[in-house]
Amino acid sequence: MEHERLNFKDRIIKGKWIGKLFLVMIALLAIWGIGSKAIYNPQLFIQQIINGLQLGFVYALIALGYTMVYGIVRLINFAHGDVFMVGAMVSYFAVGVFHLQQWPSAVFPGIPLYLSLTIGTITVILLSMIVCAILAMVIEKIAYKPLRNAPRISALITAIGMSFFLEYFGALPFVFTPNFIPYKRPFDIVTWYVNNGVHQLQAGKAPPQGSVIFSNILLIIVLVTIILVLALTYIVQRTKVGKAMRASSYDKATSRLMGINVDGIISITFAIGAALAGAGGVLYATAYPSVFFWMGMIPGLKAFIAAVLGGIGSIPGAFVGALIMGQAEVLAAGYISTPMRDAISFSILILVLLIRPTGIFGEPEAEKA
Amino acid sequence: MKIQRSTLAFWVPFIGLLVLVQVLSSVGILSNFWVTLLKIGAVMSIICLGLNLIYGFNGQFSLGQWGFYAIGAYAGADITYRWTQLHSASGLVVVLLVVLLVALAFILVSKLMSRLRGLDTLSGFTLYIIGLLMAAVIAIFIGRYLINPITNLLNLLPLNIASQIVFFFAVLLGGGVAAEVSYIFGFPVLTLGSDYFGIATLGFSIIVKVLLDNSDTLLGFEEMKGARGMIGIPKMTSWIWVSIFLVIVIIVTRNLLHSTHGRAIISVREDEIAAKAMGINISQQKTITFVLGSFFAGLAGALYAHVNGFLHPNTFSFIKTFDPMIIIVFGGLGSVTGTVAAAFTWALVLEGLLRLVLPQGFETWRYVIYPLLLLVLMLLRPQGLFGTFEFPYLRQILPPIFQPRNSAKPTETVNEIPGDGA
Amino acid sequence: MTDQPDPTLQTMLEIKGLTKEFGGLKAVNNFDMEIYPGELVGLIGPNGAGKTTIFNLITGIYVPTRGIIRFKNTNLMGFQPHEITQMGIARTFQNIRLFPNLTVLDNVRIAYHIHAGYSMVDAILHNRRYDQQEKALTEKAQEFLSVFNMHTRQGEIAKNLPYGEQRRLEIARALAASPELLLLDEPAAGMNPKEVAELMDLIHFIRERFNLTILLIEHQMRVVMGICERITVMDFGEVIARGTPEVIQNDEKVIEAYLGRGAAAISQQLREKRSHVA
Repeated sequence: MEHERLNFKDRIIKGKWIGKLFLVMIALLAIWGIGSKAIYNPQLFIQQIINGLQLGFVYALIALGYTMVYGIVRLINFAHGDVFMVGAMVSYFAVGVFHLQQWPSAVFPGIPLYLSLTIGTITVILLSMIVCAILAMVIEKIAYKPLRNAPRISALITAIGMSFFLEYFGALPFVFTPNFIPYKRPFDIVTWYVNNGVHQLQAGKAPPQGSVIFSNILLIIVLVTIILVLALTYIVQRTKVGKAMRASSYDKATSRLMGINVDGIISITFAIGAALAGAGGVLYATAYPSVFFWMGMIPGLKAFIAAVLGGIGSIPGAFVGALIMGQAEVLAAGYISTPMRDAISFSILILVLLIRPTGIFGEPEAEKA
Repeated sequence: MKIQRSTLAFWVPFIGLLVLVQVLSSVGILSNFWVTLLKIGAVMSIICLGLNLIYGFNGQFSLGQWGFYAIGAYAGADITYRWTQLHSASGLVVVLLVVLLVALAFILVSKLMSRLRGLDTLSGFTLYIIGLLMAAVIAIFIGRYLINPITNLLNLLPLNIASQIVFFFAVLLGGGVAAEVSYIFGFPVLTLGSDYFGIATLGFSIIVKVLLDNSDTLLGFEEMKGARGMIGIPKMTSWIWVSIFLVIVIIVTRNLLHSTHGRAIISVREDEIAAKAMGINISQQKTITFVLGSFFAGLAGALYAHVNGFLHPNTFSFIKTFDPMIIIVFGGLGSVTGTVAAAFTWALVLEGLLRLVLPQGFETWRYVIYPLLLLVLMLLRPQGLFGTFEFPYLRQILPPIFQPRNSAKPTETVNEIPGDGA
Repeated sequence: MTDQPDPTLQTMLEIKGLTKEFGGLKAVNNFDMEIYPGELVGLIGPNGAGKTTIFNLITGIYVPTRGIIRFKNTNLMGFQPHEITQMGIARTFQNIRLFPNLTVLDNVRIAYHIHAGYSMVDAILHNRRYDQQEKALTEKAQEFLSVFNMHTRQGEIAKNLPYGEQRRLEIARALAASPELLLLDEPAAGMNPKEVAELMDLIHFIRERFNLTILLIEHQMRVVMGICERITVMDFGEVIARGTPEVIQNDEKVIEAYLGRGAAAISQQLREKRSHVA
């Protein structure tokens, strides 16, 4: 059939314009809602974008773990958010109780302070990453591995159970206690403001009207995230382990035949994902300085939405999805309605799924007959 | 009409148990605490039967059940609240009209859409939204004129009977509202793949929770009081009411499943493409199941609202969404007996026993023990606590093996048949 | 049996200029085919030639990029798979797609769903209409199974059946939807020669008994050559030959597609030699 020429009536009936119009209306409404307020105060708008960036980068670290684990075992690892919480808790104990960030000055007296703090902070992050990786491997071993051949829902239920366990075990009085704990940062916060050039903000002073503020926390978050994501990309794309991961996520049976230790690879995947979440936990706690047993739930969920938004199983997807999620959340809270921001993030997710059923970077589900 | 033995074998003990609870509680042997727990168990059974239809039989991984439960709870509570506290049938009339007119609008839109070929989901969704809004506006407009007459009409009846009537309608309408919301939400979302569908429905639960948190400011229902929690709902859910609804839900589920429509629903779970090739309209089957399952959730919600007389959005937090999922997995996916048993077990053990058994100061351990139990049970019995056990009444019974009649035609063809492998 | 069927007959299935692209890849390109009532037509070709894609296009699982598919003069464009089945096209699948956890009887009863004479309300009320119709439906399904000699296994779970039985059940299930055109996708795949022989008998039998038109995809030449009246050969999404089995067997392009260029040349030489001898 040559492309049938549609007459006007058919065009009205067949055209997908109604749905598109609907989307355009929503987009216009959002732009109008944000733009009408942003235009009067562009500095605030830029400030929001920066805040969103900071949040988005932390989400990215968590989202990567979700997406990697999903990619290889098709499991929504609900306990991942709580691994993130454990990462933050570990760093709280390391910094607040054991003062681990000061070890370089203790061991090598006379070392410059900034160097000591840098090394100390890196140590704290590494410690969290290692603890989280070990935790995730243990969880995988006891909760998921025995169910590898069971229906997928079984592993999902144990994942939920694991999540509850980590939370409520953490809430016990002799573990993390059920209270909010103020978090002590390993380094001091330094803030700059942009107003005709970049100036350092003196402690206790308010920045001049109409300036945009950012702090060293933002820089550290962006830096650490980028380094970790680059390292992850290197591992997945260039190393033997990464190759094995990709092979296993594609076809486990064949990978086994090719001599890949699939169980080991799955374990490593969990560990890498958890390590990223652990780093995310430290960064999140430094940015929003309070830790409590429940803290993994909501960021975990948001990061998970981000992973789905980007197309679960796709690493660049998780990253992009997390950045979108961070912006969406901050802008929704700032311009539309603060209490509705979770609802708005989820509405965005649902809308994106309606347009691209497998997320932004997701591969379309093959329907094979 | 002859009644089969399996029917009796199921209903006599079951109804007997329900009656026994009623008798024991009226005599005073069963304390209020346990009766409330049993009510919650029954409510949970209804939710889980709905979810089992959606997930266990139709294979749609839905985490939205808790959202529909919340919708039903608040819708039902609003109706009785207005009746008892404000002495007006405004809730009843408006919700009833909205439900009826929106149903009409959905039918009209779906008729329209079946005429139009090649309309994509999003466009269809838009049409439905437009229909919904128009119907709702018209319903509210008409409703205004009907509130007073109907309030007066109900006032003619003795107060107690009028209240029970309002309550009955409130429960049904709670289900109705949930069903209609599930219809319009499910229309686009049911086209998604399984995990994506699960996440979208999880999102739905969260959106509902957020809306309820702001129900007084954003939605404009002041009596719901947003995050402070709704109080003053009459405690009208008696054990008898719960039992009646539970029995109805079990009968509906069972009868539906034992029909060609039930088989069509199950075929979607088994193999979507094969079902399509057998002429089954899978999107229709999915919608029907989703709406019916959500209707049950809504019913359960409205019943729950009148158990304690108090509703708080935190009851409907998304973490709890997993409870029905956990229950149906432990009850055995696709098993009605197991679902009901697991729901009661869940309520009695988790809310009852663990609370009583744990010593003072160890209440928080409840949620440490619960996931551990989950873990151990899942590892030991991945097929569910009750496996595939099902009462004969609830099981599909095979007809007797076909005996080729009067030898002439069928036997001939049987002989003719090549390739009798066995 | 003539090469060209009588052109005055009304076609059962008419495909014109059918094209399906996946991304940039043309899985099916400009495919034409006509099937007349009562025919048994074979569609063959090497792996990945696009045969199954054609089935998916006919049954509406894929939407064609271009082209027309007409079933009894109705354009199938824009119809959903289930509507197409209801019009009278049923199919089987290359890798058997039964409803694995359901009984044999239920597998067949599901196919009768579209003809079930009661509504969901009747089902929920379990009223008399339900009783009657459900009984009639079940009896029909059982009788149907008995035609396939499977009525004694009605209670078995489909996935527990042996492979050959599963194939038979799948064909039975497709026929229970009372189609006029049956599409069989590699029914002989994975069968041993004895089973293949039985299958060929079965196909002949159902064709007579149910007055069917059949389109068959097959890999095994023996099956196709044995039972098909006309054959269409595909390679890389395009038709490379069509005609009676004898014509196809000697077609150079076909041999080339199946065996490669070298083999085609050898076969050409052989044929020339043979004609010399003759």
